[in-house]
Amino acid sequence: MKQKLNAKLSLLVIVSTLLVLLLTACGQSDRVTLKVFNWGDYMDTSIIADFEKEYNIKVIYSTFATNEDMYVSLKSGGNSYDVAFPSDYMISRMINEDMLHTIDMNNIPNYKYIDDKFKNLPFDSNNEYSVPYLWGTLGIVYNKTMVDDPVDSWEILWNEKYSKQILMLDSQRDSIGITLKMLGYSMNTKEEDQLEEAKQKLIEQKPLVLAYVGDEVKDKMVGGEAALAVVWSGDAVAMKWENPDLEYVIPKEGSNLWFDSAVIPKSSKHKKEAEMFINYLSEPEVAFRNTDYIGYSTPNKETMGMLDQELIEDSTAYPSDAEIENCEVFEDLSDTLQIYDRIWTEIKSS
Amino acid sequence: MKKSMIAYPYLVWMIIFILVPLLLIVFYGFTKTTDQGIVFTLDHFKRFFEPIYIMVLLRSLYLALICTVICLLLGYPLSLILASKEYRHKRVLVLLVVIPMWMNFLLRTYAWLTLLEKNGVINTFISFFGLPKMELLYNQGAVVLGMVYNFLPFMVLPIYSVLIKIDKSIIEAAEDLGADSKTIFGKIILPLSLPGIVSGITMVYMPAVTTFVISRLLGGGQFTLIGNLIEQQFVYTGEWGFGSALSIVMMILILFSMAIMSRYEKEREGGGLF
Repeated sequence: MKQKLNAKLSLLVIVSTLLVLLLTACGQSDRVTLKVFNWGDYMDTSIIADFEKEYNIKVIYSTFATNEDMYVSLKSGGNSYDVAFPSDYMISRMINEDMLHTIDMNNIPNYKYIDDKFKNLPFDSNNEYSVPYLWGTLGIVYNKTMVDDPVDSWEILWNEKYSKQILMLDSQRDSIGITLKMLGYSMNTKEEDQLEEAKQKLIEQKPLVLAYVGDEVKDKMVGGEAALAVVWSGDAVAMKWENPDLEYVIPKEGSNLWFDSAVIPKSSKHKKEAEMFINYLSEPEVAFRNTDYIGYSTPNKETMGMLDQELIEDSTAYPSDAEIENCEVFEDLSDTLQIYDRIWTEIKSS
Repeated sequence: MKKSMIAYPYLVWMIIFILVPLLLIVFYGFTKTTDQGIVFTLDHFKRFFEPIYIMVLLRSLYLALICTVICLLLGYPLSLILASKEYRHKRVLVLLVVIPMWMNFLLRTYAWLTLLEKNGVINTFISFFGLPKMELLYNQGAVVLGMVYNFLPFMVLPIYSVLIKIDKSIIEAAEDLGADSKTIFGKIILPLSLPGIVSGITMVYMPAVTTFVISRLLGGGQFTLIGNLIEQQFVYTGEWGFGSALSIVMMILILFSMAIMSRYEKEREGGGLF
């Protein structure tokens, strides 16, 4: 009797596993299907519709919220994507872990439109794995009607006058990074005593912070809920469109300079089509529609020529070389990330 | 034989979506990948016993406790009103308790963001009467409010369902024997409704301990709860081992409290949800 039950149970387990395999394997069709994985609210989706029509390729578009989300999705292997848009440090991590295909630049003729400034960057020094998509900085956005001190340093986020009017990013690397910058250290430090110092600073700041937020920061700042916030430049451009009282500054101590680039994960089964898609995105006309829609800065020389002079001159989107002189690009921290995580937990539960 | 055939799809379902994930969690919780391959380890559990993580756990338990107590204090009288024969607008009231549950949980929580913020509905209303604006959002109170709002129906409904099943003749008998309403409540209604209270408490306490959306949205990320910690391990740091260990500790705690509760429940009769 017992034996019979066991046999039944094992049969059940086998059937269940088969079912799982079956369910994940379905969904094939003749037309090539390209799976694109991008940040939320980070592409004019009408571009995708046009691409589908022009090349007779079906595109499945999904989004993620952070680099780490994307990394975990790809790493766990459950999903195969053909094109993804990670940032600098994540690209180097993925290259190190052999997660990316090299891109055949002969298939991306539009690569010539990318400004030389954005080529040979440290995370992909031979331009083998990535095609720049958009770029920007991290800085402070403030409401001119609520802040009367000059905003030029991260120190203002520690000013008690603005208690409960400060919004910080709920992101470990960015929040710890700007504190390190304020203290005069590198954003990529692995020195524990420097990180400890940054931790103390952030704990000290906590009573002044209204909240640690994600995407809500846009609504909050536009609605005048807070005076100061740490944001990415592209979001700042969009916020200034909606509320002219807002201004964006890259603090003098320097900040984070970041690049999001298109890559082809190893799990991709349609490398050729993925390259077609990346090439399409780099077409000046298409890149213009995209940057005009989302507000982030384009690395495409031709596209820049099409933009409003006003936007080009606005240092929020296109800062001068002097402004980004002290800025750093994130590097992959590998194991030190665990220390960051612990520090961040300590700050948020203090 | 026929009956057991019908049960098979459910069994398959449970194996795929409950048993297998559970085994995976245990596997991740007790192993780590080294150069020699996957080895057994207790490191993840050791890490949990560091003071900061214990603090997070205690805060989660504390906030959930407050939430449960408030839910009980609000929910019990409400259930009494709903269950009483005399109250005419009973149906409307039951509907009002249930309707919010038809809406997505996340949307409801987002709605509170707009209500509570500095230029939000409530503060605009207050300042209309010349009163100073209040800091309503991004504090512990807001987190508890969010929890109470979202979980109150889970307290009300089990108590209500027990209360309406109480045999009215027992109460009538007590009245005939001269008991006043205080005695009737203390000696009859309350003891008979205990199973409902117990399952109400379990139904509220468990989701409250493990919530992570409410504490992030309404607490502004300043109140890390155990749920946030687990989420962070899986989606941010990719430390599945530690995340799994946290989940196991959480599950043991829940099983433990359920065992206590169900023991209590057995002494009385029926009515519980578990």
